[in-house]
Amino acid sequence: MATVSLTVNGQRVSAEVEGRTLLVQLLREHLNLTGTHVGCDTSQCGCCTVHLDGKGVKSCTVLALACEGATVTTIEGLARGGELHPMQAAFREHHALQCGFCTPGMIMSAVDMVSRKGHDLDERTVREQLEGNICRCTGYHNIVKAIQAGAAAMKRS
Amino acid sequence: MYDFSYHRPVSLAAAAAIAARDGYKLLAGGMSLIPALKLRLARYSGLVDLGALGGLRGIAREGNAIVIGALTLHAEVAASPEVARAIPALAALAGGIGDPLVRNRGTIGGSIANADPAADYPAGVLGLGATVRTNQREIAADDFFTGLFTTALQPSEIITAVRFPIPQAAAYCKHRQPASRFALAGVFVAQTAAGARVAVTGAGPSAFRLAEAEAALGKRFEASALDGIDISPRALNSDIHASAEYRARCVQVMARRAVLKACEDRAGGR
Repeated sequence: MATVSLTVNGQRVSAEVEGRTLLVQLLREHLNLTGTHVGCDTSQCGCCTVHLDGKGVKSCTVLALACEGATVTTIEGLARGGELHPMQAAFREHHALQCGFCTPGMIMSAVDMVSRKGHDLDERTVREQLEGNICRCTGYHNIVKAIQAGAAAMKRS
Repeated sequence: MYDFSYHRPVSLAAAAAIAARDGYKLLAGGMSLIPALKLRLARYSGLVDLGALGGLRGIAREGNAIVIGALTLHAEVAASPEVARAIPALAALAGGIGDPLVRNRGTIGGSIANADPAADYPAGVLGLGATVRTNQREIAADDFFTGLFTTALQPSEIITAVRFPIPQAAAYCKHRQPASRFALAGVFVAQTAAGARVAVTGAGPSAFRLAEAEAALGKRFEASALDGIDISPRALNSDIHASAEYRARCVQVMARRAVLKACEDRAGGR
């Protein structure tokens, strides 16, 4: 066991973990941040997407100890002062979910997409950039609409 | 995943010393190694995480070449104006690896050290006649990929950078397996001062060159030069996704498309 210290959603945290402990296990099992989901556990589905030092990554494929000193944002860290993040609000407004399991990863990936591709996203760009996130209800139509609207709303907010 | 001891050295020398221990393995972005460990396809006593070696990250123009540090992310290569200006085909290749979240974590050094038979970078490294720099020596691309998941690297040898000579024209085209999105066959073509180079990934045990196609393109770098060149399915991979014959046909089509694209980009002044 070794100690890892990092900043999660603005708070300094430390935990005792094994070499093999994954970032998603640190978040869910040590820090009780269960909004980050484990879908496939094989780096395909993107349900476990979080921001690691500002970049969207699959937390089921990152070792916890590799995050020493890093800054992590999870779905729980997006809202500010009780107000949903514009991307979260857009997902609700456009009913961009069916079962909701993939939603946290979709939203984290969408916010990462805006930071890389800007606020004016056409449908094709959104669909291409969403390649690492799988919705097995296949509800992509409203997810794409929500991301376009959320991206535009992020510019205004 | 079986447990292992984890090390995160802050110097290249320390990393090499720890990696030399029995049963130890180097870890870069982990986009292939961590899934392999989770599936128990691999087991190591220790991992040496190179993540703290910031000096191995970055992109620079050196004379008539682009040098990319081993820990440079796929997303960084894809978004680099320097790479896009000098070797747009390489930027496009990096931008087509995996998905955006994988490209935010995966590294060029990790990809070529792993030498997955369907990975994209090996085709670019071989197709551009790159040189792999390590903490011990320089290895020509032609000597680097030696077989299935096998390279010329020694156990404690660490890739520090890859040097890509800038070609006159180049392009990479792949046909993706529809579910995994890995290349069923990918072909990188380059027109260089020393002749044409054609490198294939996804179709064989490791990336390989097509001598006959290179000779034809060396005389005339245009798609029709490939007319009548047969790709033998012998020695190509056959699995549930595609037969060797199908892959041979894919190689032919991807090679043609890549030459067309390289010629278009050259004509467009890119």
